[in-house]
Amino acid sequence: MILPIIRTAMVSLRRDRAALALSFILPITFFSIFAVIFGGRRDTVPKITVIVVDEDQSQVSRELVKGLEREGSLVIRTRPASNNKGVEPAEYTASTAEAAVKAGDVPVALIVPHGFGENPISFRNDQQRPTIQLLKDSSDMVAWQMVAGLLQKVAMASMPAVMAEQGLQSADQFVGGFTPEQRKRMDAGLEQLRQFENAGAASNGPGSGGIIAVTTRAVVGENKNNPMVSFYAAAIGVMFLLFTASGAAGALLDEADSGTLERVLSSRVTMTTLLAGKLAFNTLLAFSQLVLMFVWAWAVFKLDFLNHIPGFVVMGVCTAFAVGAFGMLLASICRTRAQLGALSTLVILIMSSVGGSMFPRFLMPEAMQKAGLLTINAWAIDGFTKVFWRDEPVSHLWPQVLVLLAIGVVLFAIARKIAERWEYS
Amino acid sequence: MSATASPVQSSSMPLKIEALVKRFGQVTAVDGITLELRNGECLGLLGPNGAGKSTLIRSIVGRVIPNAGRVEIFGAPANSAAARAALGWVPQELALYPRLTCRENLESFGRYQGLTGNGLQQAVAWCLDWAALQDRAGELSKNLSGGMRRRLNMAAGLIHRPKLVLMDEPTVGVDPQSRNRIFEMIEKLHSDGTAIIYTTHYMEEAERLCDRVAIVDHGRIIALGTKDELVQNAFASRSQVLARFADSAAGVGAWVEQHGGRLVDSTAEFTVEHPTEIAGLLDDAAKAGLELVDISLRRANLESVFLHLTGRELRD
Repeated sequence: MILPIIRTAMVSLRRDRAALALSFILPITFFSIFAVIFGGRRDTVPKITVIVVDEDQSQVSRELVKGLEREGSLVIRTRPASNNKGVEPAEYTASTAEAAVKAGDVPVALIVPHGFGENPISFRNDQQRPTIQLLKDSSDMVAWQMVAGLLQKVAMASMPAVMAEQGLQSADQFVGGFTPEQRKRMDAGLEQLRQFENAGAASNGPGSGGIIAVTTRAVVGENKNNPMVSFYAAAIGVMFLLFTASGAAGALLDEADSGTLERVLSSRVTMTTLLAGKLAFNTLLAFSQLVLMFVWAWAVFKLDFLNHIPGFVVMGVCTAFAVGAFGMLLASICRTRAQLGALSTLVILIMSSVGGSMFPRFLMPEAMQKAGLLTINAWAIDGFTKVFWRDEPVSHLWPQVLVLLAIGVVLFAIARKIAERWEYS
Repeated sequence: MSATASPVQSSSMPLKIEALVKRFGQVTAVDGITLELRNGECLGLLGPNGAGKSTLIRSIVGRVIPNAGRVEIFGAPANSAAARAALGWVPQELALYPRLTCRENLESFGRYQGLTGNGLQQAVAWCLDWAALQDRAGELSKNLSGGMRRRLNMAAGLIHRPKLVLMDEPTVGVDPQSRNRIFEMIEKLHSDGTAIIYTTHYMEEAERLCDRVAIVDHGRIIALGTKDELVQNAFASRSQVLARFADSAAGVGAWVEQHGGRLVDSTAEFTVEHPTEIAGLLDDAAKAGLELVDISLRRANLESVFLHLTGRELRD
């Protein structure tokens, strides 16, 4: 009796193309996305862009910057990208570098201070020594730690002569002085190291921690009670908003099935009015969900909600509008609830993974980060991050607002066009 | 605020269909139908499944764009705002919001028709009274019995008190008591002067409720008139003789055909000009050795006309 049951189930599944697609296409799609993001393909490994301000301009500091530039996983910027041909922008200063981190242009900036080259390395805890400042955006938990580690590595690898000289000076001080013969040999060895260094062959020095003194300072998120809460409230919120919107829009399919839609369209209500009404409801529903999520984050996780209400309202309404229109489009494309369920799961999970709802986009390869810009998730998360993380004013939200509104309008227009199939035959 | 009066021409006919044609690919669903509905008239629309009734109804509601011809409701083109305001549609499906109460359903459809304020509340009260649902006004529609839902479905189509009502098989799946109640509702509407188009598969409903009947088949109206006119045209003064023979009787079919009748579900049907012809049939049957179980004489009715015109072969 088991075989007939299997046979019936298989035939049913084969006839339900949407369920069939969900069963087989979805896992493959997700596997591919995750493989691209985390699969370690060399050409897609994300690089960290770091601003370096060399205030010292000494031989030592220049060697350090050169060493950082040789690191394959870093992109070193000393001046902003040129907008006009032939006009090279001024180099970053400590203040413009800090502004760039605050604005989210880069996750990390390094400031090499005046006098660094005179005493770059110490084997003792010397409080008076000029220290490199590492300015970080705390929303990127990975970048600054990676840069801090690489900085120590580069110091070891690209400045062996300086390291040795400083080490010998300390030893000379502690052991009570070298003999002339010892000093002569040491000088010869140091000369060889300098020649080796100038040949640019240094790279694989042994790892060490804290040889270069670094002061780390969060210029974004430093006063936040719970730094990542706003990110996750937006990221998870948008993903579930998409699911809710597709479900709410599915009411349209129920009404089409029951004949209610046709009855409504035989009244004074036109299809455009009906869809606009549904969109307004979906927008309201999505916005209410966002309000609940952020209020919860404020009450339970100490998110600074009350000081960001204008920005939240602007981003919330725009996000809810785009999400509502997305739901209308899905409902108009699908013929049945089963199709809607399958298609919405597929599209929403892809959008959420690529758009940064599941893991931050800065962890993704550059191509994937750009692909994320095709999703509602990415623009919404970027906007909410600006509001809650970077404390940017409402006027700075215009790119996200424009894109989300445009997405909403375009998706609604397409949904309206497709919905013609319900209007007349 | 209440709905503005519809700018239809009250002097015009409630419904005028001229040479209507609708094709779906190679299939012609409506093939040149011309039809008029008079003020206060109830017209029955009969036809086998797939005859083109649904397409015709959807054309009247303005949900079908015809390939040729036109449909006018009180002089206004179908699907115009004026036509929609003048027309009430009771679809065959229970087109209701299941999680809304009776009152909320009626209020919703009333608002869709432009009713507000006191006008809306008066219309809702009238509908609840007409459908005998006053004591169920606060009940979710999904919790109503089948008959109540049918009545609510009808009431929702009449919330704006249209002058022309289109009812598509409103008694499907209801018990005799509910059906009788629905008949009374329709008769009240009819007596109030509302023009009605009533589609059904139940001939006795059409006989009871309709002033005239149109029989549709293959996208055309193949008969139109009062019940008596249709019977007269199809059978004149002839009657039907129904005879049943013992199962063991062999060669019944051939014998029935020889005498101009037909065998339907083991019953032989003959059309006779005078009842006296029955004696001759009985004689011939006895001579042929057929054992007669029972025999009856029936005057032709609407069902006889329907089957006579559309045949007995299954359509779906």
